[in-house]
Amino acid sequence: MKSDIKLIDDNGKRLDGRGIDELRKIKIEAGVLHRADGSCYLEWGGNKVVVAVYGPREAIPRHTQNSLRAIVNARYNMAAFSVEDRKRPGPDRRSKEISKVISEALEKIILTELYPRASIDVNIEVLDAEAGTRCAGLTAAGVALADAGIPMKDIPVACAAGKIAGVVVLDLGKEEDNLGDADLPIAISPRTGEILLLQMDGHLTLEEFNKAVDLAIKGCYTVSEIQKNAILNKYQSNQGV
Amino acid sequence: MQDQKRQIVFPSQILGEIKSHKAGRGTFIEDGKIISERIGILNKNSDYINVIPLKGRYEPVIGDFVIGVVEEALSAGWLVDINAPSPAFLHTEEVPWDVEFGATEKYLNTGDSIMAKVLKIDEAKKMQVTMKDRNLFKINGGDIIEVEPSRVPRIIGKKGSMISLIKKYIRCRIFVGQNGKIWVDAETENIERVIQVIRKIESEAITFGLTNRIEDLLKKDIRNVQQ
Repeated sequence: MKSDIKLIDDNGKRLDGRGIDELRKIKIEAGVLHRADGSCYLEWGGNKVVVAVYGPREAIPRHTQNSLRAIVNARYNMAAFSVEDRKRPGPDRRSKEISKVISEALEKIILTELYPRASIDVNIEVLDAEAGTRCAGLTAAGVALADAGIPMKDIPVACAAGKIAGVVVLDLGKEEDNLGDADLPIAISPRTGEILLLQMDGHLTLEEFNKAVDLAIKGCYTVSEIQKNAILNKYQSNQGV
Repeated sequence: MQDQKRQIVFPSQILGEIKSHKAGRGTFIEDGKIISERIGILNKNSDYINVIPLKGRYEPVIGDFVIGVVEEALSAGWLVDINAPSPAFLHTEEVPWDVEFGATEKYLNTGDSIMAKVLKIDEAKKMQVTMKDRNLFKINGGDIIEVEPSRVPRIIGKKGSMISLIKKYIRCRIFVGQNGKIWVDAETENIERVIQVIRKIESEAITFGLTNRIEDLLKKDIRNVQQ
């Protein structure tokens, strides 16, 4: 896609003034919803995401139950007002796909075998979108699951890398996503370094791909620290006295 | 209660090695390391490393006393919701009444609350409860409140100290289910006071010297009522 916008200026700075390996500003708060078993509110640049976790509870309808383990139902949904043009409400192809890949990523880290025939429901609501909502959603889901007290092997974390104006950069913004050459979201389990989710949109050479994966994983570890602080903050603050 | 600060751990935090400790509740082992599987308070003794959950659903243990709500009356028993991941089964043999086959609805129906004991849990986590134990009955009257299941031990106190404390100052009947449901029966205004005290215990469950503070609160409360 050709455009007049220069994604990287002469000083090597990006449109919003970030360097090529800098993340947007991230704010995470755990336990924001009263009725959910666990919840999280996350701001990642211009993205605003709320996640609610329910369960483990009996899986309904019954034919979805697995007699050996719990099923993980993640539902990614974008609010109608989350994008510039109104988004037609309801599940579409894109959100169904994201729900599926997030469910599968979470299944890998939750100790599902402890709860046969149960379901763990993860509702991801995107209130405001500015590129990288699946990473924001998955990161928030990790915090919400921990807040719900669900046994898990690790707190999953996601981050994207991409290529703009021929350079591999971390955490694409909105214009960079629209006008850039490639976008590569990755979710990892930070304790073991296992990859839980990897998607790619656009073209990268093998060399660029490896560079982007390394960069995104480095970003994941930074975000992981913010996640852990958010969880500890909530529980330490009500220890009190 | 020696160390003044209780350490809060999060999932994936490494707590120790299997060489020096055994992995207890709320932990799992990977590559010789003991790792926390949930958010909770670290409890380390000479043998075991445990994580006491701060939050989460009720996990049934055989012998627990619980309060359940009847979901459905079947021909040979009832399905009871005890806040666990799946409903528990109450067989007609396990109730204090003589129930004819198919006449289960006469005794318990959808929406009724009962006290029960967890009888068995099989490998597939299917549960059975029983009402054939001391003082278990169908609940009529009183109030049921729900608290975080992880806070129940604090509400009961050491050997029931907290409950007897409340009973000492306020005339009431209390039954604490391990699943986080608490039944309180007393005169209307007393129910309100008991619930207030329980809410206070729940919100300050992980602080120190709670029993003394609750006693002060109850003393003050009783003075206010008398005036």
